[in-house]
Amino acid sequence: MNVIIVGAYQTVYYLCRLFLSKGYRVTIINRHHEECERLAHNVKATVVHGDGSDPQILEDAHAHTADVILAITPNDQDNLLICQLGFTHFHIPQTLAVVNDPDNERVFKELGVPAISFTRVISLMIEQKTAFTDITNLFSIGEGKINVTEIILKTSSPVVGKSLQKIGLPKGSLIASILREEHPIVPDGSTQLLGKDRIIIITLPENHGQALRILTGDKI
Amino acid sequence: MRKKKNEQFHIVIAGCGRLGSLLANRLSAKGHSLIVIDNNPVSFNNLSPEYSGFRVEGDAMEYSILKKAKTSHADIFIASTNDDNINLMVAQVARKICRVPHVIARVSDPQKEATFQEMRVETICPTIIASEVLMDTITESLTRQPGENL
Repeated sequence: MNVIIVGAYQTVYYLCRLFLSKGYRVTIINRHHEECERLAHNVKATVVHGDGSDPQILEDAHAHTADVILAITPNDQDNLLICQLGFTHFHIPQTLAVVNDPDNERVFKELGVPAISFTRVISLMIEQKTAFTDITNLFSIGEGKINVTEIILKTSSPVVGKSLQKIGLPKGSLIASILREEHPIVPDGSTQLLGKDRIIIITLPENHGQALRILTGDKI
Repeated sequence: MRKKKNEQFHIVIAGCGRLGSLLANRLSAKGHSLIVIDNNPVSFNNLSPEYSGFRVEGDAMEYSILKKAKTSHADIFIASTNDDNINLMVAQVARKICRVPHVIARVSDPQKEATFQEMRVETICPTIIASEVLMDTITESLTRQPGENL
């Protein structure tokens, strides 16, 4: 597989090392001469010096033979153009842009460019994992469109002793089942929550954090 | 372009540098309603005292800033920052997401103009325009009789 990576030294270097270990052929485009020299010295990849959003430079990198192009520069506008050029001009089947501003993930998608935001991925991971130790992210469906999470309710939680209809869970979140001392319960609105309940909750990403905060009482 | 009773258009200009501010001043003087966006408030000093439009401080690359500038209500959007790629991106956002009927982007690099047209963005390249005017002037002075102009 032929991969083109456009970006700054640090990210490019580690990605490149990973790709080479998988046996891919890697071409790097970088606009700083000194970084290009270091890359050429440190990895077994073709290094092209220049602006990755310039069609001539992509030509030099043999973009028409690439299977994948990754645009991971620190500038969203450059990443957009690199991927659009890769797709429309060089017919590269797979393009992926990294967006620095998480809001641009949506913008890129509407413009037909697949994009991911490291900021969003990291914050999602923090929300789902490290912030709450009694929370296990069981699995997600459709690349994170639906999350299924298990929470062990602390006795100090503000929702203990309240019925489900009173705790004000956000729309689009659902407590699917409760394990109470190994007894499974399929709850309804009148079910009271108790300390040490193991709650299985289904959430959408936009209300995941809020739903968990209500159950744990955490203010993060 | 949809015409209004008094031909007054809503125009959003991203980038209030020399070109953006000159355009904003002239269009505002013609009675159009203007909103200029720039992430450096100092560049609003380029606007004339008669400029009667709005100023939005922020990065036009951020969708929330385009929303703040009411881009989706605009009749015309002009991308005139000093970065060609930013112009291309915000022009596409204005056209395809905010659905502005008329979008123009300034491109400084003549080689990039072809790329922009591939992305179906209408462009103006000041470099090409200047070179054409210069060529005309040169040709004109060369065809004159020697000494005529002295």
